[in-house]
Amino acid sequence: MSERAGAGADRSARADVVRRFRRNRAAVVGLVLVAAVIVAGALAPVLAPHHPDHIDTARRLARPLTPGHPLGTDEFGRDLLSRLVHGARISLAVGVAATALAALVGSLCGLLAGFAGRAMDQIVMRSIDILMAFPYFLLAVAIIAALGPGLVNGMVAVAIVNVPFYGRIVRATVLSVKEREFVEAARALGVSELRLSLSHILRNCLAPIIVAITLNVGGMITALAGLSFLGLGVQPPTSDWGSMLASSRQYIGVAPHVAALPGLAIFVTVLGFNLLGDGLRDALDPRLR
Amino acid sequence: MARGGGGLGGYALRRLALVLPVLLGVSILVFGVMQLAPGDPAAIMLGAQATAEDVTRLRRDLGLDQPVAWQYLRWLGRVIQGDLGRSIPLGREVLPEVLLRFKATLILTGGALLVAVVLGVAAGILSATRQYTWLDKISMAVAVTGVSLPVFWTGIMLIIVFALGLRWFPSAGMLSPYGGGGLGDLLWHLVLPAVTLGTASAAVLARMTRSSVLEIIRQDYVRAARAKGVSERGVILRHVLRNAINPIVTVLGIQVGTLLGGAILTETVFSWPGLGSMMVRAIQARDYPLVQGGVLLIATTFVLVNLLVDMLYAVFDPRIRYE
Repeated sequence: MSERAGAGADRSARADVVRRFRRNRAAVVGLVLVAAVIVAGALAPVLAPHHPDHIDTARRLARPLTPGHPLGTDEFGRDLLSRLVHGARISLAVGVAATALAALVGSLCGLLAGFAGRAMDQIVMRSIDILMAFPYFLLAVAIIAALGPGLVNGMVAVAIVNVPFYGRIVRATVLSVKEREFVEAARALGVSELRLSLSHILRNCLAPIIVAITLNVGGMITALAGLSFLGLGVQPPTSDWGSMLASSRQYIGVAPHVAALPGLAIFVTVLGFNLLGDGLRDALDPRLR
Repeated sequence: MARGGGGLGGYALRRLALVLPVLLGVSILVFGVMQLAPGDPAAIMLGAQATAEDVTRLRRDLGLDQPVAWQYLRWLGRVIQGDLGRSIPLGREVLPEVLLRFKATLILTGGALLVAVVLGVAAGILSATRQYTWLDKISMAVAVTGVSLPVFWTGIMLIIVFALGLRWFPSAGMLSPYGGGGLGDLLWHLVLPAVTLGTASAAVLARMTRSSVLEIIRQDYVRAARAKGVSERGVILRHVLRNAINPIVTVLGIQVGTLLGGAILTETVFSWPGLGSMMVRAIQARDYPLVQGGVLLIATTFVLVNLLVDMLYAVFDPRIRYE
């Protein structure tokens, strides 16, 4: 019976979260923006009027609303709308993958620091201090210098930079949860340390990690677009929003829309994730408001 | 102050002792940049036309034939003496090159920091003192927007509008090539890059300032000050801001890192002759000593800025020294 009461409390807590989230207008706007970008990326082959790499030198730098090219064309006469929706796939996929990698590695580091004794805690936390001694974007650039430019290396670099972020959140949660009674009880019941960490602790870390991930994806997408903008991320012929922006720079005098649109796409996506993240944080933990 | 290790001096020494291992770790990572690079760094640095003898000679000159730990110690020893090696593509010593470029980066970062502090703190205080008014709502909406703006795009948009369109500011460079060079010329070139780089940090600072001012403003002693008849201005400046300043300074310290990193992108957009734009070119040219020198200089600066921030805490809040 007490179990059923617990499940009921769980459900009403969840309903509270949903209600708080829906009442937050900015958060709903964020959700809509993110959903729109995901749908645009997913339906790219349907939405794109042309192949994104189809070159048409007769129609270079066409203005938006040109017949056949709703958003105009770039310096090679490639259709901008097609390139933007296909770029959404790369930017989103890479941003989400890098975030997942950082969250996974960071959480493992946090668990290790929180669980594997004082010595391991010191090693992990001091390593995190060293990573955090570098300015955020500089560290990514330095890692690229070592690994060489490229899409996968860019992802790895940006993920490494964000490992401390998750490591510290998870470690702090582990340390606070570890002292609580249910962990004590589980230990008394003979549940092994490993199972304990994976099931009980991770479940308690879940809310902060979800909020952290949502707030982090936007920054990841910006950082990866930034690397591509510098020529250190995605390499031609593949292109994401960052590299589209870089190649259009020379033409801003004659065709400003070619530079404006990919940046606007990054901005809208990042804004969506940030609003969503803020909203989730407020909904999951009203005290932080 | 004279209370043994508990004074500001003792606190400073303890913090300094914590910084040294971090700097050592930073140096190991920076050294690792060349070690981790795929292939033989000597062959890469010399390019495709190099002969086998050239490569062997450079390997010996760089000490690449020695054990890694020994290579690191030798490298560190030279770095401490101010020898960052030679840039092969430039044919020059790294240190003077990097220092010259660093000056431009500091000017840009300083300008951006000024933009961030002035706009951010003002908007934050304004928002907090008029909580839930339209002014508060608008400035917080602008702040969320500002946080989400990618600097490289903001920069290009500002160039399109204010340099190419209105012709109010130059679109590139730090000084005019002909006839310029004065302070006015520098400031004129600085406006767009500093606004570009500082906007996102201003937004973060505005949010932080608002929330920490809101927290303080509800305290009893603020009410007491008001009751006593202190002017609203005096209440905010002397009682609220003084106590809200530590979280603001913390965020400011973190933002210096964001600015130093973001400078790499901003410098590229505005062809600003700083370290960031130099490092991007050096990475493409596989000029490892130049990359290492640049990264080391910026990271060390950031570590020292954070040390300074910790010192400022203790100055603003004497309780911290005794923790």
